[in-house]
Parts: sequence; C-alpha cells; structure tokens
Amino acid sequence: MTASASPPRTPPRQRDWSWRSRHVRGLIYQVVALGLIGLALWFLVHNTLTNMRVRGIQSGFDFLASPAGFDIGEHLIPYQSNDPYWMAFLVGVLNTLRVAVIGIVLTTILGTLLGIGRFSNNALVRGLCYAYVELFRNVPILLQLLMWYLFLVQALPPAGEPKSILGVFYIGAGGLSYPVPVWGLGQALAGAGALLGVLLSWLWARSARLHFERTGRPRAVLLPAIAFVLGGAILGWVVGGSPTAWNIPKAGGFSIEGGNSMTPEFIAVLLGLTLYTASYVAEVVRAGIAAVPHGQGEAAGALGLSKGQQMRLVSMPQALRVIIPPMTNQYLNLTKNSSLAVAIGYPDVVSIANTAINQTGRAVECIAIVMLVYLTTSLGTSALMNWYNKRAAIKER
Amino acid sequence: MAAAAFQPIAPRPAPVRTEGALPWLKRNLFSNLPSTVATIILVGLALWWLPQLISWALVKAVYVPSFTECQAARGIGACWGVITEKYRLILFGRYPFEEQWRPLIATGAMVAVLMASCVRAFWRPWLVLLWAAMLALFFGLMFGGFAGLQHVPTDRWGGLPLTVMLATLSIGLAFPLAVVVALGRRSKMPAIRTICVIYVELIRGVPLISVLFMASFMFPLFMPPGTSIDVLLRVLVGITLFSGAYMAEIVRGGLQAIPKGQQEAADTLGLSYWQAQRKVILPQALAMVVPGIMNNFIAIFKDTSLVTIVSLYELTGAMGLALNSDSDWRPFKIEAYFFIAAIYFAFCFSMSRYSLWIEKRLSASKNR
Repeated sequence: MTASASPPRTPPRQRDWSWRSRHVRGLIYQVVALGLIGLALWFLVHNTLTNMRVRGIQSGFDFLASPAGFDIGEHLIPYQSNDPYWMAFLVGVLNTLRVAVIGIVLTTILGTLLGIGRFSNNALVRGLCYAYVELFRNVPILLQLLMWYLFLVQALPPAGEPKSILGVFYIGAGGLSYPVPVWGLGQALAGAGALLGVLLSWLWARSARLHFERTGRPRAVLLPAIAFVLGGAILGWVVGGSPTAWNIPKAGGFSIEGGNSMTPEFIAVLLGLTLYTASYVAEVVRAGIAAVPHGQGEAAGALGLSKGQQMRLVSMPQALRVIIPPMTNQYLNLTKNSSLAVAIGYPDVVSIANTAINQTGRAVECIAIVMLVYLTTSLGTSALMNWYNKRAAIKER
Repeated sequence: MAAAAFQPIAPRPAPVRTEGALPWLKRNLFSNLPSTVATIILVGLALWWLPQLISWALVKAVYVPSFTECQAARGIGACWGVITEKYRLILFGRYPFEEQWRPLIATGAMVAVLMASCVRAFWRPWLVLLWAAMLALFFGLMFGGFAGLQHVPTDRWGGLPLTVMLATLSIGLAFPLAVVVALGRRSKMPAIRTICVIYVELIRGVPLISVLFMASFMFPLFMPPGTSIDVLLRVLVGITLFSGAYMAEIVRGGLQAIPKGQQEAADTLGLSYWQAQRKVILPQALAMVVPGIMNNFIAIFKDTSLVTIVSLYELTGAMGLALNSDSDWRPFKIEAYFFIAAIYFAFCFSMSRYSLWIEKRLSASKNR
C-alpha cells in the first residue's frame, strides 16, 4: 500500500516566448493597460499641479487646523465657529452617521412591514402596500426631500409660537423639542444593568440551546431575555436612587428652552430617506419571502410545527439568505443618499465640505475627504453585512 | 336475506360559489377577524380622507393663472394656476421663450425613439441609424446656429430635455464601458482585474453627488491650462462613469449566470476570446440582464435631478428657477413640486412596467 497517491502529472510547462502564447499576450496587454492608466494619471496630476500653480491655489491639508469661522446649526459634539476645520468635518461626519443609523433602523422596520403586507390576505392592505412602493420608488429622492422640507416649513407653526403636544413636546419651525431624562448616577447604573441583562440573556440562550440539543426539549428564550434586560435596568435605576428628574422643554419668550430638539432639516432628511428607502426594502423583503417555496411551509406544518415556529425556524432563515445581500445595498444607498441633505441645508459632511470649498478653495482636498468618509462607511457596512451574511448562508460541506 | 330497503343517500350540498364578487369580497376583505378590522379601519380612513383630498385637489382648486384667486383659495384648494402660469419655464428652463418649440420637438423625438427601441419588432440594424438621426436632430435643434435658427449655448438649456438627454446619453455611453469592465473583472489577468475592481468599488462606494462635485469643481483643474470644457459635458462624463460602475456589476451578474460549458464549448470550436464573448457569451448574458439595465436606467433618470445641485437646471432645477425668483408665486411651490413629481412618476412607472413585462417575456422561454 503506497502511503499517498502519486500526484497528478502536470503537462510540462511550455515557455513559449512568441506572440502566439496566451501568457505572453496577457503580459503585454497588462503592461500596456497599466502604462496607459499610469500615463493618464500622470497627465491629470501634472495638469492639476500646473493649474494650481498658474491660478495660485494653495494645496495641502494644513487648512484643517485653522479656525473654520462658520457656525453649524446642529452638532452632537460641542462646536463653536472658531473651532478648527477638522472639528467642523467631524461634526458633519457625525451628523451624516446620525441620520444614516436612525434612518437604517426605521427603514428596516417600515420596509419589512410593507414587504410582509404584500402577502396579506386582505386586498386593501395588499393594494395599499403596493401603491406605497410604486409611489415612493418612482419619484427622485432629492425631490422627495425638497417636498418634505417645504411641507414642514409651511405646515409648522412659526418658531415664536410653537404648538405643544401633551405639554411636553413642542413642534414649530424651530423643530421638534422632546423631554430627556437628566443624566445621573441612576441612568448610568440602569444602562449598566441592561448591559448585564444582555450578557445574562446570552448565557441563558446558550444554555437553553445546549439543553435542547441534549434533551430535545425547548426552553423559552425570548421572554426570559426581555425579563433579564428590563430587570437589570430597573435594578440599576433603583440602586442609583431611582431618579425621576426630566428635562422638559418649555416655551420661552423667543424659543423653546430645555429638553432636546430635532431641527426641521433633520426631520425632513430622516423622513425623506426613510420613506424612500423603505419602498426598496419592501421589495427586497417581498422577493425574499417569495423565494421560499410553498412546500417548505407545508412540510414544516406536516412535521407539526406551529405557524410561528414555521416562520422562525423554516421560512425566515431561508428568506434571509435571499434578503441580506440586496438589503446591504439598500443600507449603503441610504447612507450615500444622505449626502443629498446638502440641498435642504442639513449640515452633513457634504454640506460642510461645500462651505469649506467656498471659504478655502481647496476643492481637491475637501472632495477627497468626503469620498474617503463615504468609502470607509460603505466598506465598513458591507464588511459587517458580509459577516452576517456568512452566518446566515447555507452551511455546506 | 331480506333485500335491504332502498335507502337514498342524502343529497350533497350545492358546491360553494367561489367565483363572483361576493365570494371575492369574503375571501379578500373579511376572511377573518383581523382582516375584517383592517378593512373597516382602511375604508373608514378613506371615507374620511379621500373627500378632503378630492375637494382640495380638484373641486376647490384654482386652475386659472390668477395670483389673486390662488391667494384667496390658500389652504382650501390647490393652486394649479401656478402650473398654467409657469409650465413653460418648468419644462424648458431658461431656453429662449420664442424658441421653445425646438426643445419640444427634440424631446419628443428622443422619447419616441426610446419608446420605439422598446418594441421587439424594431430591434433591427436600422434602429442604430434611427438613433443617429435622432441624436443629430436633437443636438441640431437644441444648439441651432444654422438655417436661421438662433444659436443657444448649453447654459441656457434646461428642464425636461436636459433630464431626458442626460439619462439617455449617460446610459447609452455607460453600456459599452460596463461590458468591458465586467469582462475585465472576470479576466484571468491580475492587473486588468485589479483595475476594474478598483474602478467599480471606488465609484460604488461614493455618492453620485461627490462625483458631480468632482466634475464641476475638480475637472477644470485636470485639463491642460487654457482648455475649458462645457459644464454639461463634464457632468455627462461624471454620470456616465457613475452609472458605468453600477451597470458593470449588473452585466457581471449576467456573465456569472452563463454555465461554464458555454465558454468551454466555444474554446473547443476554436473561437478566440473576443469571438467567444461576442458570439456565445454576451448574447446570452445581455439578454438576461435587460431588466437590470432597465432598473439602472430608471435609477439614473431619477438621479439626474442631482445635477441641479451643481447648477444645471434640469426639471427640478428649472422648477426652482421658475418659482424662487417670483415672490408672488413662490408660496405655491408645493403644487409645482407635485407637477414635476407626476412627470417623474409617469416616466419611471412606465419604464418599470416595461421592465416587468420584458422580465416575463425572458423567463417565458425558460418556464415552458
């Protein structure tokens, strides 16, 4: 018995340095292509440098350290107009991320509901979901943003006399003000308790799975998990002295004082992006559900699984496989479309870059920063979703 | 054995009616409690809301271009008068007023040829000639400057012609680029593959608006000193490069769906690489991706609205131009928005219907 099978014999490699050889031609093509691209790049860079010298444009990223000199309407981190440019860009990036993250969460919820609604046994619900998708998908997002913004500006009462909802929310041309709890020890401990609850739930889910694999008997997971998280949060809150202080907005002489607020620009961007992208997400979800053959649900029913189990254990995992890749694309689209906020004056990173270009004339640098920000976000999101997709993919041998 | 007495079987109930209006209603609106509740809520909402909408949009609306009447009807009825007053500015932007028959004919010709290209019976060699003739007519009419036609520079172009032209030309130009890049991405040559991957991923990772900013701010710096390139052309190049990357991915999807045996069979027959692609692979792959390309066309048609941010007045920009400068009519901007939204919707919806139809036609040959 031979220890190992003899390796397959490879045909002798021919080193044929003639034009007829595919390898040689491939090599030549590649060298030519690289040369052409290098030449084109050199041409562009050379022209840019010459132009900059001729027009007396300064270049370099040193301007990032000099004071920006403009105000930004909303900022998540403290910012004043004499802060440097890099701070302004950071504020812009955070604003972009804020609208993108909240938008992604909301659009996923709304889009999934709409997508499932397309399978309702009620014709009106079906028709409504269909009408929604067609209506919002076929009008440009920029136009929708402009329309929402105009609508908000026209419909909202003037900033001086905002409308109060339940006495704690105020809505006016200045935006929507809402109460926030006064941050203190209680809230911090509540957060820590909730985190502990998450950890406990994860351990519980693991032990429940092991128990199921050992005995075949399922244990409830969802309800205990909710109980752990809520219990942890409440416990932390009580230990921290159960603070109940809220920062409630009040109508002052000229503006709303106290509480937190969202500007109309932010609301318009969020509303426009969410409603537009939800129509695409709805189609993605619908296609995913439609891709699971009927027989799967029927077979699960024949095995005695309940409707909920059928959905959770059989249909959903298969549908997710179809849904995740196009869903990633929609998340990326939403993030990229948030750049249109510049049209209605929401200070996202593009808008900051636009102002910076007008003030400093460093177009190349500012556009490079914008592109870099979006590239990083896009690549980051797709890496995350690829990881999730791998988890959901078919486990093959 | 006594003969059993004749026992007639009880008559079977008549079959339940499954056709007609009533069973349909029962099945689709009142099949169970949640469905019934949903029906009642939705019908209630419609009864409450639809009359208000109809009253605002149709009954109480002002159709005549009278500013005072619109002002009087504010909040009660829509002011469609703003459309009757401004529609030429919205549709054709800053194009000289007496010459606006030219963009009208040019756009009509382009839309007509686009529609003709959707009909299978017209997919003949002479369609290419038709396209060439249409493009010559389009640019001849738009530019003018001959046969007594006044010359109109591109910065006066605007409105619907610009929207249709930007979308059509960028897709038309992006298509060959996309095919080449898609083939390059599947090439066995590492350098070529890397170049194509970098191009596609770079473009797909950034928003269109940054590409447009680049076309408008940076492109002049890229060119040799002294040359100036029309902003319309720069933006067209930007949109083409952008849509080319997306379309390359669509085409690559089609290429991946072709079984490997096709390429091997072509190799066996002794076809060269380009012969194999041209005669065997691409015809099958491209037929498969027509719906995807259609969807890309719809996306680009909508995305042309972004050129208004770099000061080209296509439909959205022309509308802003028409109303922002006129303080009398500015309060009725929302009606004007509805007008152009309806135009976009009409174009995009019909294209998506066509895409669905062609998808069905394509799969019909597979699902015999």
